[in-house]
Amino acid sequence: MGAFLRDPSVLVEWLRALLMGWGLSAGLTELVLYLLGGFALATGPMLWVIFLIWFERKAVARFQDRLGPNRVGKFGLLQPFADVLKLMTKEDIIPEGADKPLYWAAPILSVAGVLLLWPAIPLGLGIGGNLNVGVLYLIAAGTLGIFAILLAGWSSNNKYALLAAFRTVAQLVSYEVPMVLVLLLPVLLARSLNLQDIVQAQDVWFVVYVPLAALIFLIVSIAEVGRTPFDLLEAESEIIAGFHIEYSGMKFAMFFAGEFLHAFTIGILTAVFFLGGWRGPGADIYPVLGILYLWLKGFLVYFVVVWIRATHPRIRIDHMLNFSWKFLTPLALALVTVGAVLDKVVVDWGVWPRALAHLASNVVVALVTLQLVRAWARRLPRPKVGEPRPVARPQPQTQPQPASGD
Amino acid sequence: MVTTFLFGLIALIMVLAALVAVTNRNLVRATMGLVLVLFGNAVLFVLLEAYFLAMAQIIIYIGAIAILIVFAIMLTRHVGEDWGPAFHRAWPWALVIAGGLGGALLFWMVRWPGGENTPAGQVDPNYVQALGQALVNPQGYVVPFEVASVLLLAALIGAIYVAWGGRRVKGPYPQRAEGGER
Repeated sequence: MGAFLRDPSVLVEWLRALLMGWGLSAGLTELVLYLLGGFALATGPMLWVIFLIWFERKAVARFQDRLGPNRVGKFGLLQPFADVLKLMTKEDIIPEGADKPLYWAAPILSVAGVLLLWPAIPLGLGIGGNLNVGVLYLIAAGTLGIFAILLAGWSSNNKYALLAAFRTVAQLVSYEVPMVLVLLLPVLLARSLNLQDIVQAQDVWFVVYVPLAALIFLIVSIAEVGRTPFDLLEAESEIIAGFHIEYSGMKFAMFFAGEFLHAFTIGILTAVFFLGGWRGPGADIYPVLGILYLWLKGFLVYFVVVWIRATHPRIRIDHMLNFSWKFLTPLALALVTVGAVLDKVVVDWGVWPRALAHLASNVVVALVTLQLVRAWARRLPRPKVGEPRPVARPQPQTQPQPASGD
Repeated sequence: MVTTFLFGLIALIMVLAALVAVTNRNLVRATMGLVLVLFGNAVLFVLLEAYFLAMAQIIIYIGAIAILIVFAIMLTRHVGEDWGPAFHRAWPWALVIAGGLGGALLFWMVRWPGGENTPAGQVDPNYVQALGQALVNPQGYVVPFEVASVLLLAALIGAIYVAWGGRRVKGPYPQRAEGGER
């Protein structure tokens, strides 16, 4: 047990010895181990989604001054099971004229696009993803999710689903640009695309180096998932569920679970890129502690995402696209340029001076941006919506009182 | 052995998807076949240990080009319908030319001496860094890199001009015509 805590690959060695003891050849053992690992990586997060659904409903309810589910099981903990049972027993409706292979493939691809993000994430020292093109891999997995949504909208044989799918793809593709640009900053600071290297370069968390980039990454990730305030894509009061309007039962459950898992995954990714990933006291001796730290940090960011969801109203589609192209992309470009030039100068200064130099540059960029936005807002033509109403004034008794302004 | 098995599987899937892409009458399904072929291409790059190329393939081809193709197809009117025969009238000639070219290529490629005798090159573990440095090295590929950027800029400007549609009221906020709320 102590050996496992110190070095989890002991488990893999034990499994390999067991399988080869049963008479499997070396190549087949490797294949079986890879399949087991893939299965664990695909199933674990989906099981965690069960808890996430409960937590989100409780948290949003508390934000809205109500209790949330509390009937099914103590504190409503069995509510997600009730949800899943309900969705499983629903009638499986396929709309007339729907393109069946694509209709079935879309929810699968949507969840696959989220689960594909997990192999790149470093879970601890020597555990988890160690892809040397990790950041590019994350972006590539994101594009598969976009495709799934397009398929869902098209194959439903529903004009409104198709329009919603177009809008969704427009939003997701627009917000990919600032995401890629902002992700360049941790890559720049760590000098590697490998997420494990990025985590190991964070003696000081990158959120201290580039807090503006962390904020932009959080905003962009929330937009990529399609959560409030960017959830026009599935807003019930406006476009009635958008691209998954024709999905019910288990297929809708896949979209639903995929969205929650995606929200948690971006929490984990923000923790990896900006909050130090699995680093923490004792994590380099006991890698299992690293997993715990990563989970806690990811959960904290997930809580912030739920917080934002419970607090903010929806953004309109044209505001949303303007926000991405006219504000976030130039800001991200400016951040990357300033960061790159500054890092060339300060790279030999030592850890904390370098961090503080980058922090200062971020603060300067933020202040300049605020000033520019203020100047732009001042120049906005404001439509005159009315005159100030006359306030009630005491009149002499002979005249009738004017109506008091209310 | 595992790589050979995987290669065979991927190649089979790619060939089937390519057949779907060229013969299916439903344009969207044909596009999905194309996407599967491109994805198989990326998997082949991974099998060859060219991970950067694989990711670039997915991001550029599937994430941008395929989505563009799907948009263009979905915006045409006759997508889901049966719009005539799937094969061109002169398909025997096409078969002869394609078969002839393909056969000639295969014939000469099998006889190429460099294929078997060259050992697989050693992949530098820092090849991403090497790629980045080669792209900005004055003795490297900086000139083609910058020329490609200028070309992309020209395409962007052209697209913006075409989409912009001419005259608009200048100002910090797009104005609308009279009537209607903002």
